Amino acid sequence: METSPPLLRLSNITRSFPGVLANDRVSVDFHAGEVHALLGENGAGKTTLMNILYGLHAPDSGELLFEGRPVRVGSPAQALRLGIALVPQHPLLVERHTVAENLALGLRDGLLLTRRRLLAKLRERLADHPLQVDLEARVESLSAGQKQRLEILRALLQGARVLILDEPTSVLTPQEVAPLFQQLAQLKAQGMAILFISHKLDEVLSHADRITVLRAGRKVGELSAREATHEQLVRLMLGREAVPRPRLAPAQPGVRLEVTNLEVRSDRGLPAVRGASFTLAPGEILGIAGVAGSGQGELVEALAGLRPFRGQARLEGEPLEGLSPAQLFARGVAHVPEERRAGTVPAMSVAENLALRTFRTALRRGPWLDRERMERQATELIQAYQIATPGPRAPLRLLSGGNIQRAVLARELAGAPRLLIAVHPTYGVDVGATEQVHRLLIQRAREGMSVLLVTEDLDELFALSHRVAALYQGALRGPWPAGEVDFERLGRMMTQAAEGAA
Amino acid sequence: MIRFELDPLPRRRKRVGVYLGVLALAFTLAGALFAAYGVGPLEAYGTLLEGTLGDPQGLAEVLRRTIPLLLIGSGLTLAFRVSFFNIGAEGQLLLGAAAGAAVALFLPASAVSLPLMFLAGAAAGGLWTLPAAWLRARVDVNEILTTLMLNSVAGYLVLYLVSGPWRGEQVQGFTYTDEFPGAARLPLLGDTLVHWPTLVLGVVLAVALQVLLTRTSLGYELRVVGESPRAARYAGMPIPRVVLLTGLLSGGAAGLAGVGEVAGIHYRLLDPSQISLGYGFTAIIVAWLARGHPALVLLTAPLMGLILAGGDLLKISLNMPFRVIDVFSGLMLLCLIAGESLVRYRVRWAR
Repeated sequence: METSPPLLRLSNITRSFPGVLANDRVSVDFHAGEVHALLGENGAGKTTLMNILYGLHAPDSGELLFEGRPVRVGSPAQALRLGIALVPQHPLLVERHTVAENLALGLRDGLLLTRRRLLAKLRERLADHPLQVDLEARVESLSAGQKQRLEILRALLQGARVLILDEPTSVLTPQEVAPLFQQLAQLKAQGMAILFISHKLDEVLSHADRITVLRAGRKVGELSAREATHEQLVRLMLGREAVPRPRLAPAQPGVRLEVTNLEVRSDRGLPAVRGASFTLAPGEILGIAGVAGSGQGELVEALAGLRPFRGQARLEGEPLEGLSPAQLFARGVAHVPEERRAGTVPAMSVAENLALRTFRTALRRGPWLDRERMERQATELIQAYQIATPGPRAPLRLLSGGNIQRAVLARELAGAPRLLIAVHPTYGVDVGATEQVHRLLIQRAREGMSVLLVTEDLDELFALSHRVAALYQGALRGPWPAGEVDFERLGRMMTQAAEGAA
Repeated sequence: MIRFELDPLPRRRKRVGVYLGVLALAFTLAGALFAAYGVGPLEAYGTLLEGTLGDPQGLAEVLRRTIPLLLIGSGLTLAFRVSFFNIGAEGQLLLGAAAGAAVALFLPASAVSLPLMFLAGAAAGGLWTLPAAWLRARVDVNEILTTLMLNSVAGYLVLYLVSGPWRGEQVQGFTYTDEFPGAARLPLLGDTLVHWPTLVLGVVLAVALQVLLTRTSLGYELRVVGESPRAARYAGMPIPRVVLLTGLLSGGAAGLAGVGEVAGIHYRLLDPSQISLGYGFTAIIVAWLARGHPALVLLTAPLMGLILAGGDLLKISLNMPFRVIDVFSGLMLLCLIAGESLVRYRVRWAR
């Protein structure tokens, strides 16, 4: 495949934004029948490069060559005409319409057909296609993976030959990841050039043919996935060796959190957590796994004071029932929420976001908010937690996901909490930030903080937890010491009705 | 080829430049409208400026219109910042006027008459938002509809009062109350209609609300609730209380404006359409232009006051229909809204 001319070539692409050189003379070749991964930390320039390919940004200098001819991609419409399609991270579909109606948007005359003719035409076009979807289902009833498949199908109907996927696995559950890559392999076999953007090393190593690594706007390496190693990629991405994770210290004796027969209801009033009981020792990290919608959201909200519950939850003997999140924080319960948006105010400044827990207590002077002190504290936290920001007064929305997560952790850990409830703490966060989050959790646990870690990422769960448990349809299975359960058994616990291996 | 790209953090200079540019565009478009009407744009603007800013009497007219806009506008700016879209300032103003009138007419006149009237007006205007604020806070009913509907209720309530129980004894066929006693009348600036105590109150309120929003921990709470209710809930903020408070504050400000109108200009409670001239709606534009900063109302309220007073002038001096000024302010708002999106983009000339 190396010998054939590239289907699409980026040559010496440079693009700057005020104050940032997002792409600095980047050249990459994309071949038909190849899966090419673009790897890099947040802010490395992956998204800019993708936007240039798809016609959303114009390069300052450099060329795009399609089948050897120089082309100008001035808009997504032009990109599509050339056969370059983008599958966005969050699907852009008409939720209330059917799959067929959404696909009609990709057909040239799709909007003119009657429903029946449209269905007939789509069935004909999609017969024997490796990707199958129910044409008459409503999009809102589809899972994230099915929506993604629909986006890919739409791109194919539009005649795409180069398919760009922006962090395709970030919205998928672990179960949906494998089928996605199977489908991509099938498309590759049909001669498509596939480009996917990612910062997850494992999936890049196992599913890509070639890997291009970007760092700080520059291309720092291109390697064949067969020859690349995990360590090599980390070194390229970070520009330094990975820092080894500190070891977990054994938990201390005693009971920090005691949960007995916890019953929590969902928004719709249905039982979401059914009689969960567990304890958490000082300095212990308890990992809870579960596929989305198994009740972990409700469990966390109950313990964080955001949802009423029945049963008992005691922090060092003191009942937590009926306390507001602010009262809980004052008693040492910190919370890193599942979605960063739930715990931050993007339009407000970094300093103001860091004050969300203390504006009513430490930062208050009578009725006044002590802005000077607020900014001083923010500056300290920004330094201590290496939050990359133009300054404490910059709006939080300008920060990358990893840095917003650093800010959330900085704020939550600032009060020296006794219990941290952390949900997906490294979700959508790059390698450098993940490293730092893991180190922080382990260090704080060594100092005596207890952590309730809820995550779908089993690697993370086993790497950080003293004990692990699984939630299945609201029932807590476990916890067991992490050494006594393996990956596979915990995976079964998360997904299978019969407890089987327990 | 021209391309538009998102600009995540527009510079202040660009912001100001864009807004000045779109204002110039609005004046040009309105000028074309005047020309189509047979009046030279320069002549029209000349008359407008000369008759308002260049003439003491005209300036007083501008100030008179500015007073209620200042009060209502700063309250609404705060409310919009908290994402409480109070469209009912007109009704809250009328309730304030009615409460002030009640104090003036039915309590013995004394030195505390005026302060009492303002207090009663603020309370009445604030309480008039409570049904809407409570419904929004407790059961998430859209406050735009409820506050808007309450306008008509307030209008008919005042109409009922002035044509029924409160109708004056010496007014023959007219539908208004008796005149207020002297102690319930606001002092005026010279022989103008500028009731300056209300003007001072407006300036103080605009500054006070700005300080409240940016310098106090309550203001921080208001901003978080407005920007991100989820984050507010996460941090354990009492969202329903914040919404109720916002309703009270913005309604109270409108109530003060109502008292100013009856105690400063009319000296009686009269037909709702004569009390207000739509200040409660014009103030929405004032607040929108202030972009979440109550102190900026000190600029935007006089601007709209100028446009309102200028409209009168165009009608009288140049024989244009008064509605022309509605078109004018409409054009201005449209251009400013367009300007807001322009600020968020960068124009690039691609090769």
